[in-house]
Amino acid sequence: MPTDSVFAIEVVKPGLATSVQDTGRQGYYNVGIPPSGALDQYALRAANLLVSNQEDAAALECTLLGPQLLFHVDTLIAVTGADMAPKIDGTVYACNVALRIEAGSTLSFDYVKGGARAYLAVAGGIDVPRVLGSRSTYALGAFGGHQGRRLQKGDRLAVGRERGPAREGTTVPEPLRAPLAREVELRVLPGLYHHRLTDESAATFFEDTWAVAPEADRIGYRYKQGRPLTFREREQPFGAGADPSNIVDACYPIGSIQVPAGLEPIILHRDAVSGGGYATIGTVISADMDLIGQMQPNHQARFVPVTMSQALAARRDAQLRLARLREVLLR
Amino acid sequence: MTTRYTFGGDEFLFVEINEAMSLDAFFKGTAITRELQRRQVPGVTDICPANASYQVRFDPDVIDPQALLTLLQQIEAELGEAQLDIATRIVEIPVLYNDPWTHETLMRFRERHQDPDSTDLEYAARINGKRDVDDFIAAHSSSPWFVSMVGFVAGLPFMFQMVERERQLQVPKYVRPRTDTPKLTVGHGGCFGCIYSVRGAGGYQMFGVTPAPIFDPAQRLDYLRDFMVFFRPGDIVKFKPIDRAAYDAAVAAVEAGTFSLRVRDVSFSLEAFLRDPDAYNRSLVEVLHAD
Repeated sequence: MPTDSVFAIEVVKPGLATSVQDTGRQGYYNVGIPPSGALDQYALRAANLLVSNQEDAAALECTLLGPQLLFHVDTLIAVTGADMAPKIDGTVYACNVALRIEAGSTLSFDYVKGGARAYLAVAGGIDVPRVLGSRSTYALGAFGGHQGRRLQKGDRLAVGRERGPAREGTTVPEPLRAPLAREVELRVLPGLYHHRLTDESAATFFEDTWAVAPEADRIGYRYKQGRPLTFREREQPFGAGADPSNIVDACYPIGSIQVPAGLEPIILHRDAVSGGGYATIGTVISADMDLIGQMQPNHQARFVPVTMSQALAARRDAQLRLARLREVLLR
Repeated sequence: MTTRYTFGGDEFLFVEINEAMSLDAFFKGTAITRELQRRQVPGVTDICPANASYQVRFDPDVIDPQALLTLLQQIEAELGEAQLDIATRIVEIPVLYNDPWTHETLMRFRERHQDPDSTDLEYAARINGKRDVDDFIAAHSSSPWFVSMVGFVAGLPFMFQMVERERQLQVPKYVRPRTDTPKLTVGHGGCFGCIYSVRGAGGYQMFGVTPAPIFDPAQRLDYLRDFMVFFRPGDIVKFKPIDRAAYDAAVAAVEAGTFSLRVRDVSFSLEAFLRDPDAYNRSLVEVLHAD
């Protein structure tokens, strides 16, 4: 083990789907390697800021059912994102607060009361090797993170030795915490193959309320319960495949929405398949991507069409919110 | 053909060269994306060529979306129809067709197939008017293929066979996708061939397996030492049928770390190819075996 990191954490129970994630890797989508990284990027940054890490340090993304972790060092930790209260040796503590944990203590999590993904930052950052510029786990490609996979019982994780000025008790103010609602509006820039929908389906997609299906993971979120969508009939172009929802295989933007056979829309997220043969009908704007990863099965979404200038204004609002968070926590 | 520009949210610009697959559309996309790459435009973070389209990821804090769109239209106009020669490489990929592993898998998912009573190869041979499976394999392996896109999952090449449209092999995807596909399966869906770089879900018909790893994060073999993904869009692939003994020997070599691929540099001219595809393909394959 390199001298700038120290063995710190032993996985007693891995939780439902716990993985090492940071802000992701860029520039390899052209060979099918997606960005990966925390689905809720704002919550990741908040957790890191609470313990004086670099904002892009690696943390643990804990989905729905948190892990049980034995600490071998005295350090600071913080849990943000989903409302999954941390428990140290059985005592429940608050989320969004920097907490001290001592060597020999066990960290576990209360059941999830809101949201779907909590982020556990540890002072110094989770130290796994960088692969293609990032410590994020890409499970389909079996690389990044801890051995290219979710955590398992018995895994041992190192953290960096670097320590900032963080103090126990530092708190994310209520208005600057990740919003966790059971009903969410997701803003969508219509486009890509949107013109392939019939006029009626182009309207019903935005009118209906859609519920998250059980198949919702880091690759994509599937939605159900809206009216089926119909694509315009046409003579299919050469190479496109027989179904009217098929196209000649092309790239999929992160956040793009595809509707195989018109039935259940799928929003691709940060572990996306990079391309394929289904018509995409629009893309969730960058400012709303964090909301998706906090949705549980059966949580409801409405899709709201916006223009590019509205998308860019929302992006600036999100940046301002992050700037305020930095102001508060770096003070 | 009229190029269509459309935004994928505030970070992606998607450009459809043509709704239909063709070598012309692929080459036009290749020329534009190579030129964009050469210009090193600040704010452009990912350039993804695809079959008959391409996609650019950008940072709208650095480059205005409309300015990027205008730049791509300018590049398209400047290149015109001229830039259709590329420097690339040709690769020989050994394939054990009709292998036991894809056979076991296709039998497991028979109820998701159009024709549960025949194998994927038998079905593909019949609907493409081939005499039998051997005749189909001959068509699949005798003419080379262009890698027209790399993606879906890490390092998976989509390939387009370099023959006239009427000779192109076409098969529908499975009625419902499988939840499993053996690693390194040689598959086919629509007019595209592929090699599954990792084990996982898939909807393409399965024809065989190659012993040659094409994606390896550990980068154990010489041809993966520079980068964990082997294929690049524009590569030319020639399949070589091998028997079980040759397959087993190759797998042993992979495990020993001594396996390698036959790869040669070539230049490709679309114009010369279109004049006489068969003769041109023969000249390409000669480069592969010149030494």
